[in-house]
Amino acid sequence: MARSTAPLPPRRTLKDYLAYRGGEGMVAWAFHRISGVAVWAFVLLHVLDIYFVGGNPQAYNELLKIYASPAGRMMETLLGAALFYHALNGMRIVVMDFWPALTAYHRTLWRIVWVLFFAIGIPGAYIILKPIWEVVR
Amino acid sequence: MDVELRIQRFDPETDQAPHWQSFTVPVEPMDRVLDVLTRAKEQFDGSITFRRSCAHGVCGSDALMINGRNRLACKLRVEQLGRTITVAPLPGLPVVKDLVVDMEGFFGKYRSVMPFLVAAEPEGSGERLQSAEQREVYDDTTKCILCAACTTSCPSFWAEPEYVGPAAIVNAHRFIFDSRDEAAHERLEILADEDGVWRCRTTFNCVEACPRGINITKAILEVSAAVGAR
Ligand code: FES
Repeated sequence: MARSTAPLPPRRTLKDYLAYRGGEGMVAWAFHRISGVAVWAFVLLHVLDIYFVGGNPQAYNELLKIYASPAGRMMETLLGAALFYHALNGMRIVVMDFWPALTAYHRTLWRIVWVLFFAIGIPGAYIILKPIWEVVR
Repeated sequence: MDVELRIQRFDPETDQAPHWQSFTVPVEPMDRVLDVLTRAKEQFDGSITFRRSCAHGVCGSDALMINGRNRLACKLRVEQLGRTITVAPLPGLPVVKDLVVDMEGFFGKYRSVMPFLVAAEPEGSGERLQSAEQREVYDDTTKCILCAACTTSCPSFWAEPEYVGPAAIVNAHRFIFDSRDEAAHERLEILADEDGVWRCRTTFNCVEACPRGINITKAILEVSAAVGAR
């Protein structure tokens, strides 16, 4: 058998990505990507429902009923969370873009993102979810 | 005390894929991972293959993925890790054998950014003077030892092997912001490419991996700003 000495090309599976133990920066980036996909899905859904306003008002009303149901409100809360995280972390990246010296404090900025996320997100989620309890009652 | 040393092995002459091999190695807490690897090679299996030269964190030969992070084996002590030490080659580069990776592509990218002083001949034999403030601007990026720990820790590089990578940008930064250099514009053109600075996603893996403590992301963002303003 002919001997091979060719180097083994690198593997690029999700498992290999997860094998690397990155810090806060890598987690922030991963969340940014995941929330970005969620926001993209939301935009598609939004394009669809706005199309129904003119194209099929009946379907629009049906869709809004789904949005207003408990499951729909849960989904809206999760979408809101994805959108809000994406916006806040996006600001964190923009701030470092404008003032590269702030990269030294990227972990602090990351913590500020989470403080704002919960400080504004929890009351926001409460407002969206509150009608569920009213229905239950 | 003993540690369990897990090494990713790959012999291109016999193996289709890499596999893991474990050794129980006697160590002292102050031993470095490089000492543990050397001991395993001397006492258990002479075919274990890895690079090292200076053994003092200067040459950049022995960057490895140790317990899931890129570090220099010669700068990491056993007491900084647990009882299990897992050693794999740098991620994202072709594996030549065991822990040895093919660095050609990495050095090709380094060379692509003109990592040398470009300046017209000085008049007479005068020195090229520079103030302490001018030197300070690029001080951080003079420290690179080209170990590739940063570039191979970068998810953007894993996903797009053509990305020029943190190490090359650091070395471009070192000359772009050198007041004596005259080729900043050419380097900025090279880095304005779609596989240049814009692939940075501020993941900070590079900063954490750098054995020299360089704030690599800051350097990349300074170069991006210069590319944008050129
Ligand atoms: S052997 Fe030279 S840097 Fe580790």
